[in-house]
Amino acid sequence: MTTEAPTGEAAPQASSIGSEQPPSGDAPGQQRGKAAFVKLLRRLSEANVFVVTVLAIFSALVLGAILILVTTPAVLHSWGRIGSRPGAAFSTSWRTIAAAYSAMFEGSLFAPSAISHAVSTGHGWTTALTPISETLVSATPLILAGTGVAIGFSTGVFNIGAQGQLIAGALGALFVGFEVHAPIGVHLPLVILGGAAGGAIAGFIPGVLKARTGAHEVITTIMLNYVFLDLLTYLLTTAPFQQPGQANAISRTMPSTAILPHLFGSTLRVNVGLLVALAVSLGAAWFTRRSTAGFSFRVIGLNPSAGRTAGMDVRRITILVLTLSGALAGLAGMATLSGTDFFLSTGYGGNIGFDAITVALLGRNRPLGVLLGSLLFAALITGGRYMQAYTGVDLDLTTVIQAIIVFFVATPALVREVFRLRDQGEGPTRILTKGWGG
Amino acid sequence: MKLELCGIRKTFGRLVANDDVDLTVEKGEIHCLLGENGAGKSTLMNVLFGLLRPDSGEIRLDGEPVRFANPGEAVRRGIGMVHQHFMLVPVFTVAENIVLGFEPTRALGWFNRKKANADIVRLSQEFGLDVSPDAIVEDLPVGVQQRVEILKALYRDARLLILDEPTSVLTPQETLALFAVMRSLATSGRSILFITHKLKEVLAVADRITVMRLGRVVGTTTPETADEKELASMMVGRSVELVVQKAPASPRATVLELRGLVVEDDRGLRVVDGVDLDVHAGEIVAIAGVQGNGQTELAEAIAGLRPIAAGTVRLDGRDLSSASPRDAIRAGIAHVPEDRQTDGLVLALSVADNLVLDIYDLAPFARHGSRDLATVKSNAGEKLADFDIRASDAEVPVATLSGGNQQKVILARELSRPIKLLLASQPTRGLDVGSIEYVHERIVAERDKGVAVLIISSELDEVLALGDRIAVMYRGRFTGFCDPSTGREQIGLMMAGVLDESAALAAGAAEGADPASSVTLSRGSVHP
Ligand SMILES: Nc1ncnc2c1ncn2[C@@H]1O[C@H](COP(=O)(O)OP(=O)(O)OP(=O)(O)O)[C@@H](O)[C@H]1O
Ligand SMILES: [Mg+2]
Repeated sequence: MTTEAPTGEAAPQASSIGSEQPPSGDAPGQQRGKAAFVKLLRRLSEANVFVVTVLAIFSALVLGAILILVTTPAVLHSWGRIGSRPGAAFSTSWRTIAAAYSAMFEGSLFAPSAISHAVSTGHGWTTALTPISETLVSATPLILAGTGVAIGFSTGVFNIGAQGQLIAGALGALFVGFEVHAPIGVHLPLVILGGAAGGAIAGFIPGVLKARTGAHEVITTIMLNYVFLDLLTYLLTTAPFQQPGQANAISRTMPSTAILPHLFGSTLRVNVGLLVALAVSLGAAWFTRRSTAGFSFRVIGLNPSAGRTAGMDVRRITILVLTLSGALAGLAGMATLSGTDFFLSTGYGGNIGFDAITVALLGRNRPLGVLLGSLLFAALITGGRYMQAYTGVDLDLTTVIQAIIVFFVATPALVREVFRLRDQGEGPTRILTKGWGG
Repeated sequence: MKLELCGIRKTFGRLVANDDVDLTVEKGEIHCLLGENGAGKSTLMNVLFGLLRPDSGEIRLDGEPVRFANPGEAVRRGIGMVHQHFMLVPVFTVAENIVLGFEPTRALGWFNRKKANADIVRLSQEFGLDVSPDAIVEDLPVGVQQRVEILKALYRDARLLILDEPTSVLTPQETLALFAVMRSLATSGRSILFITHKLKEVLAVADRITVMRLGRVVGTTTPETADEKELASMMVGRSVELVVQKAPASPRATVLELRGLVVEDDRGLRVVDGVDLDVHAGEIVAIAGVQGNGQTELAEAIAGLRPIAAGTVRLDGRDLSSASPRDAIRAGIAHVPEDRQTDGLVLALSVADNLVLDIYDLAPFARHGSRDLATVKSNAGEKLADFDIRASDAEVPVATLSGGNQQKVILARELSRPIKLLLASQPTRGLDVGSIEYVHERIVAERDKGVAVLIISSELDEVLALGDRIAVMYRGRFTGFCDPSTGREQIGLMMAGVLDESAALAAGAAEGADPASSVTLSRGSVHP
């Protein structure tokens, strides 16, 4: 994955070929307009990251539409009678797809009718904004954990343990939640720190193991996922974590001073956790691009022996990266606990820790890419639920669409082939293998 | 096979790497391609090999126009290439690397290892390329890895072999062996395109010579009609001093002090075996020796990259025996590592970032943990101009620079901060004569500023040109110190371990009596 980097970065270079103006010709303004247009066409026909991603989403939606068609009985029925009523087959197909995808849109962003109703009457804003609020709520932990995973990946550290770190973070936040008693202005920041600390500890362990013993982080973090999952199950049946007076494996509930306040009134669930996620995302973007530590992380990710020769401490950085990565996953656990769930139960966190890996890949390990990837993923999930409820198209289809998007994004060569894009990545990057510097 | 390249043009953005290049290689000819760093030699070869698509121009093989979309097609038409930076799979065996992609198989596609090994043994005997098919590539010295690359091409039945700077990593003995192989290949009717910066080699082995500069062919000549000086000025476009002019050294206080230094390699063998050395401010000490006699490990130990088993390293009286690489850098040691692509550069990062790789966190390049990218960029602009680094822009990945220009990036970085000791391993590997002249001047200038300089080089010419004092290293020990007026032959013998002052004094020391051993000497074969 890291070897891909130069291709992407070399892109703007190659794209300037031929964009210079011809020496003479028509009016200069017209010339410039034409040149700019040619340049734009070139850009679009090149397989850069952005174009590939957009085309991947497009392809996934097309394949998803085909799946909807072949799994909807009414559509199959109408195609069965294509001979007698050809128009009906097409119109039924079209209606089915349109209904499914507009349900997905309305369920994840907004329904135009609800918005216009709210604008004209001044009422019903809550209903109109609920879908987008839900999307933002689902995106919050993905942004946090995904950014953590991405920082690891771009440093060459494959943290597969976001799930366990998320649980550790939730436990940390919960502990601070019920152990500390303070006004919200003090308590809530401590809860947030507790979440980060829990995740950081869970990341620190594989970090130290790797730096001191060379144990590979993929193995240790995967195994630690099970450790934290079972630790949670155990803690949920023991004091002080278990809800007093409960026989079930359910934790105590977060007190009101430890809860992330809603941003837009009590009925929309979008909460301060989103602001934390946005701050982390911006912070991570600054960190990777501008900070000295972020630079050393990148160097170690790309070429550890050059980093070592330049005086960077590879072990220290490995520990730091895993700790930081864990802390962000821990914040994700805090955000779901203090933002929407308020207590923990067995198997907490669902699939967030693994979806985080996917959005990190989708966002090409860049913080702002992860942010966009998380929003897309969250929209597909909330929209998919709505689609299932209103059109009967199975929620699994959304999962399939997600998978296809990731599949295409991960194989740019395939997208290039399908859409006949020009390959912009030629050059020595292809022949970059380890050599002896002749 | 006869090759004709007609009007080849290749641009990268605004940079014209090949501009209307014509080149003809006859059947059975050894054709040398000569040119300064960034002249476009590797680019031309990559075009020929199907790795790059030319913007225009035609390739003809035996008169027939061909077009290669990828190296696979070039290989199928009988072209083989040994890259400037090798392309072997380090964890595979020699045999696996050679047959990769063209594996002999049994029924159901099972890999037929026996046949592969037998084929390779036959080929290597036919051309005198000695390798053992079952060795793991990463354990082999570079000279042998190169043989593997050549065998790989021959296994694919190459009738035109491209060798891109094959000798820059070889010892003189290995180079001679390679030339013998090249001649036997040429005699068998194969054509060879040979790229090098070493003019002596060109004159020794070429049938014809083509010189490139700034992407164009500036002329074709033969070894009979041209000499070193002439070739150098054709390449660079001006006359070049082949030996740097320098005043006698005026050594001052001791800067680097090594006492009883013992260093082990990765396998725990003692490859530096009790070395004492003083390097003074204002002098250049050059360590000569056949590669693999402990020089690499010695340099790594001084730079803090390799733990010291016994003895001390002091810099200006300060003990650096257990220093980290960072401590060593901060104490004022500049280190030019031997292997630029593995240890010296981060290929995917920009030229500008690579120019501050070891000072990225210091003012003026950073403040309070935040990098000042404007300063990094303006620094890059200055260094590109100062060191004449040919890059279209400081923001391009350093991987897109030519080999020699990559080396200059490292030198520019290391020589542009206040230092006490300059420790350079093979500082001019892969540089053209003009750049070597420049780098040697810079090194002498550092010396004259009062920096202590320790050069490690397997290039005897370089050692003689630069060293105020020369130490010869053999099997982990210094077998003698001499001054540059000592004859080449004598130093050569010391490098081979034949002549050993200290051993002679100690009477009857058994080591080093076998001159032949130095020829096949590989890294780590010392003092088991
Ligand atoms: N993919 C690329 N993108 C941009 N510039 C490139 C690329 N590949 C090569 N160049 C540029 O083209 C020029 C020619 O490079 P090339 O590697 O062919 O030089 P060379 O003659 O082999 O030099 P050397 O002797 O140093 O190996 C250089 O200026 C180099 O920076
Ligand atoms: Mg080259």
